[in-house]
Amino acid sequence: MSNPPDDPDSVGPRQRHVELGVAAFMVVLGAITIFGSLKVGIGWGAEGPKSGFFPFWIGLLIVGTSVFNFVWAYITPNRKLFAEWGQINQVLKIVWPMAIYVAAVPWLGIYVSSALLIIGFMRWLGHYGWPLTLGVGLGLQVIIYVTFEKWFLLSLPKGPLEDLLGL
Amino acid sequence: MESIGDLLNGFAVVLSWQNLLYMVIGIVLGVIIGVLPGLGGANGVAILLPLTFSMSPTSAIILLSCIYWGALFGGAITSILFNIPGEPWSVATTFDGHPMAQKGQAGEALTAAFTSSFVGALFAVIVITLAAPLVASFALQFGPAEKFSVFFLAFCSFVGMGKEPPTKTIAAMMLGFALAAVGTDTVTGQLRLTFGSTELLGGFDFLIAVIGLFGIGEILLTMEEGLSFKGKAAGINPAVVLQTWKELPRYWMTSLRSCLIGCWMGITPAGATPASFMSYGIAKRASKNGDKFGTGEIEGVIAPETAAHAAGTSALLPMLSLGVPGSPTAAVLLGGLLIWGLQPGPLLFVEQKEFVWGLIASMYLGNIVGLVVVLTMVPFFAAILRVPFAIIAPVILVICAIGAYTVHNNSFDVVMMLVFGVAGYFLKKCNYPMAPLVLAIVLGDKAEEAFRQSLLISQGSLGVFWSSGLVATIMSLGLIALFWPFLSNLYGRILTPAFRK
Repeated sequence: MSNPPDDPDSVGPRQRHVELGVAAFMVVLGAITIFGSLKVGIGWGAEGPKSGFFPFWIGLLIVGTSVFNFVWAYITPNRKLFAEWGQINQVLKIVWPMAIYVAAVPWLGIYVSSALLIIGFMRWLGHYGWPLTLGVGLGLQVIIYVTFEKWFLLSLPKGPLEDLLGL
Repeated sequence: MESIGDLLNGFAVVLSWQNLLYMVIGIVLGVIIGVLPGLGGANGVAILLPLTFSMSPTSAIILLSCIYWGALFGGAITSILFNIPGEPWSVATTFDGHPMAQKGQAGEALTAAFTSSFVGALFAVIVITLAAPLVASFALQFGPAEKFSVFFLAFCSFVGMGKEPPTKTIAAMMLGFALAAVGTDTVTGQLRLTFGSTELLGGFDFLIAVIGLFGIGEILLTMEEGLSFKGKAAGINPAVVLQTWKELPRYWMTSLRSCLIGCWMGITPAGATPASFMSYGIAKRASKNGDKFGTGEIEGVIAPETAAHAAGTSALLPMLSLGVPGSPTAAVLLGGLLIWGLQPGPLLFVEQKEFVWGLIASMYLGNIVGLVVVLTMVPFFAAILRVPFAIIAPVILVICAIGAYTVHNNSFDVVMMLVFGVAGYFLKKCNYPMAPLVLAIVLGDKAEEAFRQSLLISQGSLGVFWSSGLVATIMSLGLIALFWPFLSNLYGRILTPAFRK
């Protein structure tokens, strides 16, 4: 963080704005909780308090505290940065591959997706040579297969490749 | 002393080759987990929990609790050698531990840290041995109102003791309760808050939340900081160990004080992290070398390590005797008990004597094994940290994903894990505490059940929580804890009116 320029917005998002966003999101979650509780009833039923009774008050507390947090973040002057854009970029370099990964697991199975994730990561971010990359990427799958499927007898999701191999 | 006899029986249960092997595996895995970024006690245990479904509960809890001890030990290695706290509770250890390593005293610092951890844990286990059966037999008489009051006190302590803003603590905690409420209502069996989604029928599993919030969230934070590990060499040999051990008894006062702070903070669910900071702060004020703290004082390593380990261990006391875990990792272990078909709480000491005392006996042995393992294997553990992050990160992500999948054999859980991970990143960056959130997801159903049953008894009057001396006392303590930041502020203002000018 050398020499912050006059306009901090070019360096990265402000902490204050993210705080406002998180608080607003929590208000929405609280409102959803309240709405869902009202649907199942928040009063007194045959077996005592109805299903929505407890979550209703929980939802009210979420909304209450989050509105406070929102207002507090709004009125408190805070010029701190949440993170620099470069740092956000670093974080996204994990989030995007992970998003593709979790979407791929049901189709490709966990072994192929995991191998692709590790290999892609090591090539793209680590700039490692193929031998090491393939060694770690494929080797870990073998270890996982033996540990989970053979030793602990837990079945992990499989895809077309495993069908082809008859595993 | 009935409990001594029970404890000896416990040792008989634990002392089998198989269990000792699990202990060593658990400690080694635990230290590795404690050393690696993104894996910690809570999510490490959560990931491995599904592997134990087929084991006997006693072996399973030995394996998992030893992972916990290992993680507690492991935090010190990264703090001292790399100046990177592997776990939040070892932040205070970096203050003096790393300067010691820079002065070439890494061996002394590590020996002091491990030995202090051991002492803290041992102290806490003795407290558990003596106090847990008493607390449990006392708690056997608890009705729903008393049960709820204990939950109330536990959650209020987070608000009062936490260093995060109280409204953020409450918001995070209530979010946990809301997540716990999704799915089938345990009292009436009615579905709620699912909004027609079949994926939400079973509700949110706290194991998924733990793996996401602590595992993925932590990786994202590490990625943002762009860490590169540059460590000091770990030279540790028997001569250094013996030399340091000779020196340690001089600091018995610091140790004892840290043990007491740690146990107190562990039993009231404030946790190991504040315990280590508090202990460091008090040691600094009390020591005659206080002004040299931060430059590599061995006392500055002893104090936080003792307290952190005492707190981490004593967090199991309320978990076993009351069913209220004192830390996120204890909460995961409690979740394990439920999965193995054991009901945590006072009845455990009556119905599952063998299990409880086996666990307590394994705490003694596990910490001895732990001390030996960490003292002998430090260079190996330090070498793990030298593996570049670009290799470690995807491997940890894959391990987290497999851990999340195996909880229910459900691919949707892996998606939820990522959602929790991203949420955890933002919550942590905005200073929302994770521990109360996780504990609320674990305990939400039970707290709600106790609350509703109490209201049922009283026909809807909240007066039931002040209906007897015991309930009223616990509830009042809870309220004091809840308003503690406010009260201490007020107290300070009344005492020092001049201060305000």
